[in-house]
Amino acid sequence: MTIPLRLTLNGQPREIALDDPRVTLLDLLRERLGLTGAKKGCDRGQCGACTVLVDGRRINSCLTLAASLDGAEVLTIEGLAEGDRLHPVQAAFIAHDGFQCGFCTPGQIMSAVGLIREGHAGTDPERIREGMSGNLCRCGAYAGILEAVEDAAGQAEHREDAA
Amino acid sequence: MTATSTPASNRPAGAIRHGSSIGQPLTRRDGPLKVTGQARFSADNLPPGTLHAALCVARIARGRVTGLDVAAAEAHPGVVAVMRPGHAPALAKDPDAKDGPFTFRLDLLQNDRVRYANQPIAVVIAETLEAATEGARLLAPTYAAETPRIGLDSGEAFTPDSVGVGAPPVETDGDVEAGLAAASKTIAATYETPAQYHNAMEPHAAVASWDGDRLTLLMPTQALAMSQARLAGLFGIRPEDIHIDSPYLGGGFGSKGVPAGPQVLACMAAKLVGRPVKLVPTRTQMYGPMGHRGPTRQTIRLGADAAGKLTALDHHIRTASSSFDDFFEPAGRATSTLYASPAIAIRHEAVRLDTGTPLFMRAPGEATGSVALESALDEMAFALGMDPLEFRLANYAEVEPITGKPFSSKALRDCYRRGAEAFGWAGRPLQPRQTRDRDGFLVGTGMGTATFPALIFEGMARAEIRADGTGTVELGAIDMGQGSWTALAQIAADGLGIGMDALTFRMGSSDLPNAGIAGGSGHTATAGGAIHAAAADVIRQLAELATNDPASPLYGAGNAGVTAADGRLTRRDDPGRSESVTDILKRAGRASIEGQGKAGADPAAQASYAMHAHGAVFAEVKVDPDLGQIRVSRLTGAFAAGRVINPRLVQSQYYGGMIWGLSFALHERAEMDPRTGRFLNDNLAEYHVPVNADVPAMEAILVHEDDAVVNALGVKGVGEIGITGTVGAIANAVWHATGVRVREMPITLDKLLG
Amino acid sequence: MRTFDYIRPASVPEAVAAGQVPGTAFLAAGTNLVDLMKGGVATPERVVDITRLPGLSSIERLPDGATRIGTLVRNSDLAHDAMFEKTYPMVAEALLAGASAQLRNAATVGGNLMQRTRCPFFTDAVSPCNKRAPGSGCAALGHATRIHAVQGWSEHCIATHPSDFCVPLAALDAVVEIAGPDGAREVPLTAFHHLPGDHPERETELQPGELITGLRLPPEAASFRGHARYLKVRDRTSYAFAVVSAAAALTLEAGGRIGQARLALGGLALKPWRVAEAEAALSGQAPSPEAFAKAAAAALAGAKPTGEANAFKIELARRVAIRALTQAAAGTPARIPALPASPFGIV
Repeated sequence: MTIPLRLTLNGQPREIALDDPRVTLLDLLRERLGLTGAKKGCDRGQCGACTVLVDGRRINSCLTLAASLDGAEVLTIEGLAEGDRLHPVQAAFIAHDGFQCGFCTPGQIMSAVGLIREGHAGTDPERIREGMSGNLCRCGAYAGILEAVEDAAGQAEHREDAA
Repeated sequence: MTATSTPASNRPAGAIRHGSSIGQPLTRRDGPLKVTGQARFSADNLPPGTLHAALCVARIARGRVTGLDVAAAEAHPGVVAVMRPGHAPALAKDPDAKDGPFTFRLDLLQNDRVRYANQPIAVVIAETLEAATEGARLLAPTYAAETPRIGLDSGEAFTPDSVGVGAPPVETDGDVEAGLAAASKTIAATYETPAQYHNAMEPHAAVASWDGDRLTLLMPTQALAMSQARLAGLFGIRPEDIHIDSPYLGGGFGSKGVPAGPQVLACMAAKLVGRPVKLVPTRTQMYGPMGHRGPTRQTIRLGADAAGKLTALDHHIRTASSSFDDFFEPAGRATSTLYASPAIAIRHEAVRLDTGTPLFMRAPGEATGSVALESALDEMAFALGMDPLEFRLANYAEVEPITGKPFSSKALRDCYRRGAEAFGWAGRPLQPRQTRDRDGFLVGTGMGTATFPALIFEGMARAEIRADGTGTVELGAIDMGQGSWTALAQIAADGLGIGMDALTFRMGSSDLPNAGIAGGSGHTATAGGAIHAAAADVIRQLAELATNDPASPLYGAGNAGVTAADGRLTRRDDPGRSESVTDILKRAGRASIEGQGKAGADPAAQASYAMHAHGAVFAEVKVDPDLGQIRVSRLTGAFAAGRVINPRLVQSQYYGGMIWGLSFALHERAEMDPRTGRFLNDNLAEYHVPVNADVPAMEAILVHEDDAVVNALGVKGVGEIGITGTVGAIANAVWHATGVRVREMPITLDKLLG
Repeated sequence: MRTFDYIRPASVPEAVAAGQVPGTAFLAAGTNLVDLMKGGVATPERVVDITRLPGLSSIERLPDGATRIGTLVRNSDLAHDAMFEKTYPMVAEALLAGASAQLRNAATVGGNLMQRTRCPFFTDAVSPCNKRAPGSGCAALGHATRIHAVQGWSEHCIATHPSDFCVPLAALDAVVEIAGPDGAREVPLTAFHHLPGDHPERETELQPGELITGLRLPPEAASFRGHARYLKVRDRTSYAFAVVSAAAALTLEAGGRIGQARLALGGLALKPWRVAEAEAALSGQAPSPEAFAKAAAAALAGAKPTGEANAFKIELARRVAIRALTQAAAGTPARIPALPASPFGIV
């Protein structure tokens, strides 16, 4: 028996016949839809590598049963750039060397996008550190991650001021 | 909305040498793929027809598996097969057979024996990941458990034949007892470091498929050719019939230096079912069969004279390996190179435990050993009433202790000076518990010396330059985050004398020339050296064509030679005479020229010189005086590691190492239940590594150092040294803040409550 | 993960009806349940997805000054609700000190109350554990770690409750609203979680099929808004469970004496630890280190370690209680600190 699931995935409506209620959003993306940007680092909500936005909010896709998301809007790292134009957070991660191995990076970037949208941290480095603490980086790229998020958050504020 | 450009990073740019790639702080060439999710890590692959496999692992540490409910697993919808002892493809070689220091014994379902917790005991293969995972649970193993040996006091200690990879367990020079007897001050202290787990963010995944006797394996590995050789032996096939792709590693830190058992099990599972199989261990399953940093208990005795010169340095280490294989944490290594003393003794002993086999983990030996050594130095400096930095300078090793060899280069004094200046070390009170910040937190500062050997392995590369002015360089090099995709390409472009945009650079596949192991902080020296040699081979052939051709402006350059840059060869003795690569090749009727290159250790240099990178790390910590909670507030490191290929990437390596040092000092500890040998924290919620909020403002200073001896490129390696001074610096800072000397890592708040 | 039937009811009564069947679990965000299912600790045959149930996602100020919070309100939405943050600042601070931003964005109010213990012998799915497998014994007893209880434990279970949120809720006399087959009922939060006693498997007041529909903070809970803090001591600066935590709330009368005092401690027991004597000791006193020390001592009365590894928590908890009371007396900060509830969360 399949579970019908309607999602808006990276802006595109998708109708999915879910073959198993046990499937998490992460495994749906990675093993069934070919979207492998979100990573599985722990599969238990302990590392943040699987972070995606659901209805505009960053969450751990590894702990979310796909079946419970009928009607939801999901944004993954694959849907962030506009064509060849990187999202400002993506560009900032490159400019500030906010990663080494790059495995946690999609999660870090989606988390940073969520953080900036939430609007509670501003460009305060301490609030950014705290707000990004749900994303482990074992290589130890935190200095660059902080710089990148500060930079992108500053740009976002600037855009809002200009708007 | 207005467009804004991304401001340049405010990091130091380093010394840019115009007209060349080496030395430039280029951003990562793999960056766009990695920030868009397009970089394909091993587990991101799913070839058509792939089945999913899940491990069933032992929940005892010693004994036998007496039962598996295979019927229950097989009855689960979607389950295709249950691989288990007696129902697994035969191997050509006993996985317990040893044929070298890098061959580790693997648990590959050859029998029912359990040697450590989380050892794989079966593999369930299914149509979906969900079915495989549930199938593994349904196996519900039963056991005949024996009492496990857990902890450094278990069993009889013995002296291993070697520590680390082939290092002597005992090294002595002079008479330590006499040195202690003659000292005006002595101290003796015992330090403990726990078992730690690499916890690369990416699990040891494998996607395996067979075509007859040919194996295609998508798996992260730090050593392509060594992995091929190991798998070839196990499966009885030729290494060249194994194709391994490993373009990106989600961190390795030593744990992917040799194939892990579960990666081999993926190959066996694919053979069993005749379809591609993907096996990704869970985080918990990585605590056991993937190696770890062995625990240590280290006793250091120091003697010093009234002037603050060491008279004796005695370092005794107890560590542990598994019950069935050998890897002994070489914690005494730093002691043999760091400080001058007329008498030095280093002794390792070990016990055997019912754990997985330890393995090299980022700065193996140097990280653990320098915790004890740098703490002891600090304790002695205080006993003598000396500033810790002055005390280290008083015992500066002008030549390598024990061996007496000169250093190929050693800019450690510059590191001390520049680090101390940047940190503001001068004027630090000698007494502990003297300083509070305006919020009432205790503030302390501490320092430590960093060191790591400059290693090089054997590596090969292939280079080509073409008549259109473009070039290709390729080799089986590995990027696990250190930046090989970028730094090695910079070396390649410079070697061929072309721009980065004219270079095609390939790596990360076993079909390419063997570039050695990406480990020991030696990959840039090894792979970069091989690239350098291969490119030089191309340029030599090109120069030969030109200098022997009367039609070339370079004709007759002879011994004066030529240099390659910007797609041209130029006479060294007359920069006005040059010719483009295109013209040289066209006139010679050649489409391209190919060259080969090799790198490896120079035995003569090794016999004559000690070769190490050095550094100095300064830490400031804040401690809540009542609650004991600790926060590192500043970290400054100054490192001299020879030539810098890419300062941006080097700085990131230092930062990463220093954060590992912070993690070692304050967070990491694998806990086991001694009654069962099971872990109590085999997950990332309870086994702590630092989060963003733990990491303070950091500074990493790249100290200039020329080294004409160490290798062709003059590079020393930067991946591991950052940890070594940092752990001690933080431990010393915590003491300085609180007056409490914690000698058991990690330093947790309960140890500071008083 | 065991296979299960996935059921998505349209209303609370439908959900309650579906929950009557043995082996059923209610799923909200799943941040704890899905984790336990993956670990083989929870093995429901039926999962009733309540995430779409109408009417359970609002935060309302009631005419009498109480506040009702729907069970499906997400932790982060509650913490950042302007009215809520201003009125119950220590609850907001506790919420923001818990887990990570991602988990707070998903986790619900009701789910937070229903969190299971993080005792490793419970979560490993194989050790003897009276909570998971009643009658099998308690493996933790012979090897207690720093996470185990020092208050309220029994010889059958020494686990602790992991929630931050519940600690200030207990201090503020929150009430749990429950729907069941026999209609609605209410339970004070302080009675909602059970101490282990002889039946560690009976974790809460909820009966099979009963569903938390909301939480209510009584009118007087708002009176502490000017002097309320949550303090959480952790082994890492963020994204870590409490070693020990405290929620402290005071009302100060004209003249500066303490009117009412509330104090609850986390990390010590299977429920937030609240001692009436500790609060009574503060009432009518001038805020002072001595008064706070006396209250803290009362809160820790009867504490007993379960092993060498957690003995320190008793003294630590005493100090955390004193610090939290001191901070509460100093006044609620205008904005939640950058590091919420952290000793380093200096404003």
